Amino acid sequence: MDATRIDGEEVLKLEEVSVWLSGRQVLREISFTLRAAEMTGLIGSNGAGKTTIFRVILGLQRASEGRIWMSGRTRSGRQPAIGYVPQTVVLDPDMPLRARDVVGLGLDGQRIGIPLPSRHRRQLIDEMLQQVDATHFANARVGRLSGGEQRRILIAHALISRPALLLLDEPLINLDIRSEHEVVALLSRIAKEQRIAVLISAHDMNPLLPAMDRIIYVAGGRTASGTTEEVVQTEVLSKLYGRQVDVIRLRNRVLVVSGSDETSATDHEHAHAIADPGLV
Amino acid sequence: MGFVFGPGFFQSSPVQVALIVGTVVSVVSGVVGVFTVVRGQSFTGHALADLGATGGSGAFLLGVNQLLGFVAIAAVAAGAIELVGLRRPRGRDLATGVVLGAGLGLAALFLYLDTTFSNTTGASITILFGSLFAIDSSLVPVIVALSVISLGTVLVLYRMLLFSSLSSDMAAARAVPVRAVGVGYLVALALAVSLSAMTIGAVLSTALLIGPAACALRLTRRPGPALALAALIGVVVTWLSILLAYDSYYWPPGGRGWPVSFFVVALVFTFYLLTQVPVRGWFPRRDPGRSSANRRLEGR
Repeated sequence: MDATRIDGEEVLKLEEVSVWLSGRQVLREISFTLRAAEMTGLIGSNGAGKTTIFRVILGLQRASEGRIWMSGRTRSGRQPAIGYVPQTVVLDPDMPLRARDVVGLGLDGQRIGIPLPSRHRRQLIDEMLQQVDATHFANARVGRLSGGEQRRILIAHALISRPALLLLDEPLINLDIRSEHEVVALLSRIAKEQRIAVLISAHDMNPLLPAMDRIIYVAGGRTASGTTEEVVQTEVLSKLYGRQVDVIRLRNRVLVVSGSDETSATDHEHAHAIADPGLV
Repeated sequence: MGFVFGPGFFQSSPVQVALIVGTVVSVVSGVVGVFTVVRGQSFTGHALADLGATGGSGAFLLGVNQLLGFVAIAAVAAGAIELVGLRRPRGRDLATGVVLGAGLGLAALFLYLDTTFSNTTGASITILFGSLFAIDSSLVPVIVALSVISLGTVLVLYRMLLFSSLSSDMAAARAVPVRAVGVGYLVALALAVSLSAMTIGAVLSTALLIGPAACALRLTRRPGPALALAALIGVVVTWLSILLAYDSYYWPPGGRGWPVSFFVVALVFTFYLLTQVPVRGWFPRRDPGRSSANRRLEGR
C-alpha cells in the first residue's frame, strides 16, 4: 500500500483538453478528474475517442489545447509513473519470455544493459505475481498463456513500478465471463489496497458495473462523468450510444440491454450480464 | 585427433582465419538473430542479406574490399527501410520489399558488369555464396571491431529491445525511445548481416542469422539463455562446417573441396530439424512452467 496517497486524493486532472488529428477535432474541451483508490470506467462506442484520451494521458499524443495535471503538478512529456495495459498485445507463443520476465520488464525495461541477478528484484517480481495470483504460471512462456492469464501478467507488469495511475484499454475484450469477473475483481482489490487511480475503457460496461466508482462517458469527442448510478440511466445511455438502451433494475441488480423493442432475443443475449449495485 | 582433423588443419593459415572470423560472426549473428526472430523482422534480415549482393558486386566493380560494400549497402538499406517503413509491420514489409527489389536490380547490373568488363572471375560465386577460406587475414581486426559494435549495440539495448518487442505502445508509455531503439537494432542487424555475408555469402547469410536463433527459441523459454544458445549453435555449426569443408578435399570428385557455405547451411537446417523433434523430457509438448491445475482452468 502506498502510504503517501490518501483515498480520494486527486491523481490526474484534465482541464478543457482538445485534440485535433489530421484537421479533425477528435476531443472537444474534455475535463475530468481521477482519484486515488477509485475505479473509473471510460465508456463509449468504438471510435468515440477513448484510445485518444489514453494517448493524451500517457503523453503519446499532444493535446492541442487544455492542461493536464498529475498529482497537482502540470504534466509535461511522457509519464513513466503511469501503468498502462494496451488493448492489443500480440504475444508469439515461441517468444522467449516467461511471465515473470514480462513483469520484470515493467520494473526496469526502460533501462539500458542486461539486468543483473538480484534477490531484491526477484522478490519484487514474486510479490507482484502473488498479488495478481499468477505465481503458478510465472515460469511459463507468456505467449502460451490463456487470454485471462496474459491479462493478469500485463496488469502485474503495469503495477510493479508502483504507479499512481493505471490505464487499461479494453482489458476485458476477448475474455470469457469467468476471466472477466476475475480481472475486474483483481483490479478492484488492487485499486483499494494500493490506492491507485484506475481508468478502464470499455464499450461493454456490464462486466465493469459492479466495481466502478465513477463513469466517464465519451460521445462525439465530448465527455461527461458521474457516479455509476447517475450515468447508468436509460436516458443517458440511449443518448450516448445514439440508440435505445434500456437499464432494467431487477431484484437489486442492474441489467443493461441494447436494441429496440422489436429487436430479436439474440440481440438481447448479446447485451448481457447482470450487475449487482450492492457492490458498486 | 588426426582421424577427425585432416593433416595440418590447425596449422593452415586460411583455416586459422576462418575459425576466428567464423566464431566472431557466428556469435554476433546468433545474438542479433534472436531479436530478429522475436521482433518478427526475419524478412528485413533476409532483405538486408540479399542486398549484400549489391554492395559486394559494387565493391568488386570499384576494386575495393567487398566487406566495405556489404557494410555500406546494408547501412543505406537499413536507413531507407527505417525511413520509408513505418511502425506497422505491413508497411515495414512493403518498404523492405520495395528497397530489396531496387537493390537486387542494381546487383544484377553490377554482377553483369563484373563478369563482362572486368577480370574478376568468380566474382558472382564469391559474392553470392561466400568464401570463408579466402578472407584476407588483414581484415580480421576490422571484422572483430564491427562485431563488437554490433554485439555491443544489442547488449546495451537488450531490455529496451525486449520491451519494445513485447509491445511498442507499452514501451513508449514507459518512456522507451522506441524509434531510436529500432534504428539502433537495424544498425546492429545491418552489421551482422554484412559480416555473415562475408562469411557464407550474401544469399546464404540469412541461414546463419535466423537458423541458430530459431533453434535456440525452440529450446529455451528465457531471453538470456536464448542469446547464449543461439551463439553457441552458430559457433558449433561454423566450426563443424570448416572442418568438413577442409576434409572434403579428399572427397569426390576430389582435389577441390566442397564450399564451406554449403556445410553451414546444411548443418543449420539439420539442427533446426532436430529441434522440431519432440523428445520426452527434453522438448516437452506442454509448457513445463504451467501446473496441471492451471491448465485445467485455462480459458482457451
